Amino acid sequence: MSEIYHQSIGQLAAALSARRLSSVELTQAVIARTKAVEPLIHAFNSFDEAGALAEARASDSRRSAGQSRGLLEGIPVGLKDVIAVDGQPLTASSRILSNFVSPYDATVTQKLRRAGAVLWGRLNCDEFAMGSSTENSAFGPTSNPWDTKRVPGGSSGGSAAALAAGAAIATLGSDTGGSIRQPASFCGVVGIKPTYGLVSRYGLAAFASSLDQIGPMTRTVEDAATMLAAIAGHDERDSTSYSAVIPDYHARLIAPNRPHKLGIPREYFGAGLDPEVGAAVEKAIEYYRAQGCEVKPVSLPHTQYCLDTYYIIATAEASSNLARYDGVRYGMRAAEAADIDDLYARSRAEGFGAEVKRRIILGTYVLSSGYYDAFYLRAQKVRTLIREDFLKTYQEVDALITPTSPVPAFKLGEKSDPLAMYLCDIYTIGVNLAGLPAISVPCGFTASGLPIGMQLIGQPFKEADLLAAAHRYEQAHDWYKRHPSL
Amino acid sequence: MSQPTELNIEHVARLARLRLTAEEEERFGRQLGEVLHHIEQLAKVDIDHVEPAAHAFPIFNIWAEDASQPALSVERALRNAPAQRDQMVVVPKVVD
Repeated sequence: MSEIYHQSIGQLAAALSARRLSSVELTQAVIARTKAVEPLIHAFNSFDEAGALAEARASDSRRSAGQSRGLLEGIPVGLKDVIAVDGQPLTASSRILSNFVSPYDATVTQKLRRAGAVLWGRLNCDEFAMGSSTENSAFGPTSNPWDTKRVPGGSSGGSAAALAAGAAIATLGSDTGGSIRQPASFCGVVGIKPTYGLVSRYGLAAFASSLDQIGPMTRTVEDAATMLAAIAGHDERDSTSYSAVIPDYHARLIAPNRPHKLGIPREYFGAGLDPEVGAAVEKAIEYYRAQGCEVKPVSLPHTQYCLDTYYIIATAEASSNLARYDGVRYGMRAAEAADIDDLYARSRAEGFGAEVKRRIILGTYVLSSGYYDAFYLRAQKVRTLIREDFLKTYQEVDALITPTSPVPAFKLGEKSDPLAMYLCDIYTIGVNLAGLPAISVPCGFTASGLPIGMQLIGQPFKEADLLAAAHRYEQAHDWYKRHPSL
Repeated sequence: MSQPTELNIEHVARLARLRLTAEEEERFGRQLGEVLHHIEQLAKVDIDHVEPAAHAFPIFNIWAEDASQPALSVERALRNAPAQRDQMVVVPKVVD
């Protein structure tokens, strides 16, 4: 049996339920582990030890009174530092919010509280979730627990690294172009990007509103089902929230009608794919085939346009969303300003980091007079074609299987050129543009011991099928039992 | 499709209310030039008769009752204000 801080929600819920373990003991173990590994990985922007222990004591009291709220009762869950927790800092890893304290809870935060979870820590990320390595954090990068000279991926790098290192039992990330799935693959954990609209965005610091989704990062697929069940559901405070009934993800994990026909999009196995990553995903495909699944090649012909479409739409939306950071009502205010316009321009100059500035400039440009049709409107139309590509394949197959990232975790500082960094996301961004659900599941390790992830892409709102397909693979492969030696 | 050289970064930075240093203007201009060069390939896509997608799953007309509900207290709403006085945010003089 592994250390308690490396166990799954499923294992810990059983131990808590049998009173072999209290939430206070578990939370203390996670706090001690966090303090031990934090100097090596820097996954947290902040944490509130007293607050977490108070929540753990409250959880133990509920359990003693026979009022357990379910599987997440007493489980320490870490949140990416873009999700509001009442009374806790929310920095989005930006200087501009370095002193901001949330005045309310995000909907997902409230839902986790209602599920009995212990909220543990504010997890590092790329500034405003813009990046693929967590190197764009104003508070310094996070390191990959499997090799601390390497990045954990991004933007939810802190969420992935903390989980892999045992500094949280589960975490939440956010995914605009791959920001849950890519770090999950780099750190050897499970990460699911739900269908757009399944999880409320209320209380999420907005990056690109038509692409952003909050989702869980966990050790096992079963844990992902537990977390997703807790946070999914309609919310009238998010006008893009999906209003249908949420299925029982747990019960459906072992349902007989699991996805049977899997598509292999040929565009996702081309040039630039690391041979070890490709081989690991091929082995996973072989597994499904051996299990009697029908595996067939499919094509997503507009894949080569995903990156460009994404960087127009995401930066356009970001330039609009980040206009709110003006130094007036909250956030950093420049000390010396001649007038109100100067106050805006100086506060933003001092508060934002380089990548955020670049994206605001690009987004403002593609929306500006004379360029809107050529860039933004064109990108929206190509987005339609990208989405139709996916929906057409679903007339033939139930789900798609691809690598999550073309490469395993790269070295800190290795990708200094913005375009090279953007190319890391080529297998994940199409999913956001099409609004689809996708899950990254560990599917092996490189010879040098770095985790590899595969991505299963599902049909809109069919997370249950996706989880079932991933669970089936995980039951036969115990990659999740390996832990980094920190 | 527009050429990357058309990115007038000084003008765009002004639109974005973002004060850039000369070094940033040069560096971002060069880096975004490369990105825009990459983006030019979108011009190759045939988009005639294609509807634009603002969202993956368009949802229209979400109505909410126009009813008063509990909201943030003034204290909470102002907790993060950089400068405040008499329950108001203080800013530099806007009107002479």
